[in-house]
Amino acid sequence: MRGISFTLVLALLSFSAGLCAQAGAPQWGGVARPQTATEHDAAPAPRHDISGTWDPGDNGIQQLGARNMPEDGRPEHRPSFTPAGQQALEHNKPSNGIRAVLPSETNDPVVTCDPQGMPREDLYELRTTQIVQTPLKILLLYEFGKVWRVIWTDGRELPKDPEPRWYGYSVGKWVDDYTLVAETTGLDERTWIDRAGRPHSDELRIQERFHRVDRDHLELTVTIADPKMYTVPWVGLDKLRFDLQPENFDVREMICSPSEFAEYNKLIGVPASEKSSK
Amino acid sequence: MKKSFLKLSALTIAVSIFLLPLWAHHGNAAYDTEKKLTVKGTVTDWFWANPHCVLQFDATDANGQAVHWSTETENPTTMSHSGWSKSSFKPGDEVTVTMITVKNGKPIGRIVEVVLPNGQKLEGRVIPALPAYNPEEPPKQ
Repeated sequence: MRGISFTLVLALLSFSAGLCAQAGAPQWGGVARPQTATEHDAAPAPRHDISGTWDPGDNGIQQLGARNMPEDGRPEHRPSFTPAGQQALEHNKPSNGIRAVLPSETNDPVVTCDPQGMPREDLYELRTTQIVQTPLKILLLYEFGKVWRVIWTDGRELPKDPEPRWYGYSVGKWVDDYTLVAETTGLDERTWIDRAGRPHSDELRIQERFHRVDRDHLELTVTIADPKMYTVPWVGLDKLRFDLQPENFDVREMICSPSEFAEYNKLIGVPASEKSSK
Repeated sequence: MKKSFLKLSALTIAVSIFLLPLWAHHGNAAYDTEKKLTVKGTVTDWFWANPHCVLQFDATDANGQAVHWSTETENPTTMSHSGWSKSSFKPGDEVTVTMITVKNGKPIGRIVEVVLPNGQKLEGRVIPALPAYNPEEPPKQ
């Protein structure tokens, strides 16, 4: 009997150790594990489930603008602007890309710590993202800005005449066992679509397509439609890949603090933008 | 002799010119991305914060004049992935900083690499420029 108990304890200890090895020792402020190149050894995706802690690696930063439409001067990366869209673009002064201005000259809303809003949350500084599902909604918890939004999956329709919101109004539907399609409208016109200053109007409609490839991988595709600004819809993200992180992964804070930004501007931004002292 | 050696070592120890393809997170419009400068100095402050961390240090230029440098990296989240932390530097640390500098001549730089007194290297985040266009390849950043 004593021998059996000892064996049982050993077995339980081994099982616990196995669990710990799988998730890694708990720690604060984790660094995301590297992206995996293939999914040959991953388990199948669970049905109607995109929950988890997901990391897109550096591919989510998108400092030149939307990853699949960077503002790099190549004609195939330029959205087809309407005349109003072209005018609005010229008003926006980004600090990256081929139209980059000096730090003191940019009018990018995020340098005053205004919310990024949607779809920029997907198209700039998209980092480790926690997705939580309930029977009625999906919560997305973003690392950058430490902000969250809701995609309702309870069957409601988008509002007809919404009061604008920074992050709009989102509803989602499962189009197959592994793909959720979300539509977002009702967006505040003060935000930019991406880091490159692509503009939008109150007619902006965003489609996000979340496709769980397998247990460990998620893909996100984002399509922009805004007939006031663009003659045709365009794809800002095309199957951006996320890797699933361990359940005990602790996401860092990444907050736009006005006082920290002011200190940065005092030390770097303002003097770097001054006229030559030579 | 020792003093003059120390003084000499505190001078700018290298200036090299080469092509440095770089797209920084917060833009490079203010920077001369084709020149890399290496400076040895003494840390006065390490600002571990968003949007970018800033390492300040005192050095002496080639004319013997004191220069106070402000040099930036990227944000704490990104830098932590490369082994940097809030405790990477403290005032008084001797550091050798390789950077690109601003076009207007101010003592401001973007860090390419920092070498600590024990020889440890901390690499800045130098993100390569877009590769040459190839219609067969999907766009990359």
